[in-house]
Amino acid sequence: MLDILIVDDSAGIRKILQRVIRQAEVPLGAVHEAGDGAEALELLKTQTVGLILSDINMPNMNGLELLSHLKASDALKNVPVVMVSTEGSQAKVLEAVQLGAAGYVKKPFNAEQIKEKLAGFF
Amino acid sequence: MTTETTFSEALPKTALVEIISAATTEVFTTMLNLPASPGPVHTEPATAIAPHSGIFSLIGLAGSWAGTGCLACSGTLACRLAEHFLMTPFEAVNEEVLDAVGEITNMIIGNVKTALEERVGPMGLSTPTVIYGRNFQTRSARVNDWIVVPFESADETLWVQLCVGPNQDSRGSVRAGFQLPQVLNI
Repeated sequence: MLDILIVDDSAGIRKILQRVIRQAEVPLGAVHEAGDGAEALELLKTQTVGLILSDINMPNMNGLELLSHLKASDALKNVPVVMVSTEGSQAKVLEAVQLGAAGYVKKPFNAEQIKEKLAGFF
Repeated sequence: MTTETTFSEALPKTALVEIISAATTEVFTTMLNLPASPGPVHTEPATAIAPHSGIFSLIGLAGSWAGTGCLACSGTLACRLAEHFLMTPFEAVNEEVLDAVGEITNMIIGNVKTALEERVGPMGLSTPTVIYGRNFQTRSARVNDWIVVPFESADETLWVQLCVGPNQDSRGSVRAGFQLPQVLNI
């Protein structure tokens, strides 16, 4: 069972992602949620997860800043992070990959795209 | 109101309308499973957009070009959009409905931004601000008109609006120029 963390400032997107992943019938454990990068880092002090899905444009700490913090941490640098964002330019995708993102899903997305992108992590 | 405004040789009004239409249709088809037909486009002065009631959801764009994108609709349509987005019924506008409209705005204007970047270079996108009320008016300090594209969906109208133009103050920074319209007379 894989515990995951969904980071997005929209509660609606967090709900949709959780529903889509549950419908995929993958071995999903606990699903944690955070509204921005700073909240995610705080949560990761007490929770261990095997996969993080993160938006990019968020208040307080954006997804790319979160990614940088995770990759700089010995305890968290190996947790795969998949970006789920409206940012669709090649430059932004490249920036995320260079920072260590394990995948990238562009919003709007459909259920099949999410299942396909995440299949390898479960 | 005018109908022949030329925004720029690099980005004429017809191209902006096509970008808005494609982005809106994609979000409606992919995330909402709702049809959305674009109607007749018009423009409104940025400094004097008509008083409005209902939902007004705004996102700032910044970079070598800057401005504001927004969605406007009735509370009834906002509830219908949220229902299709979250697969949960809503009888009245609440926090979840406002969150859903904000995220739909983020996806539509975010996709508009991605298309604009191919022509005018990197841009930044703010987080959405959603306003719900009666008889409020907005004004933007930008010199460009609002392009207003109406979409018919669920027997109501959603207005997708964009006010964007070259940013005299950008100095190469994608953070410069974020400027949401002021809201007057709530």
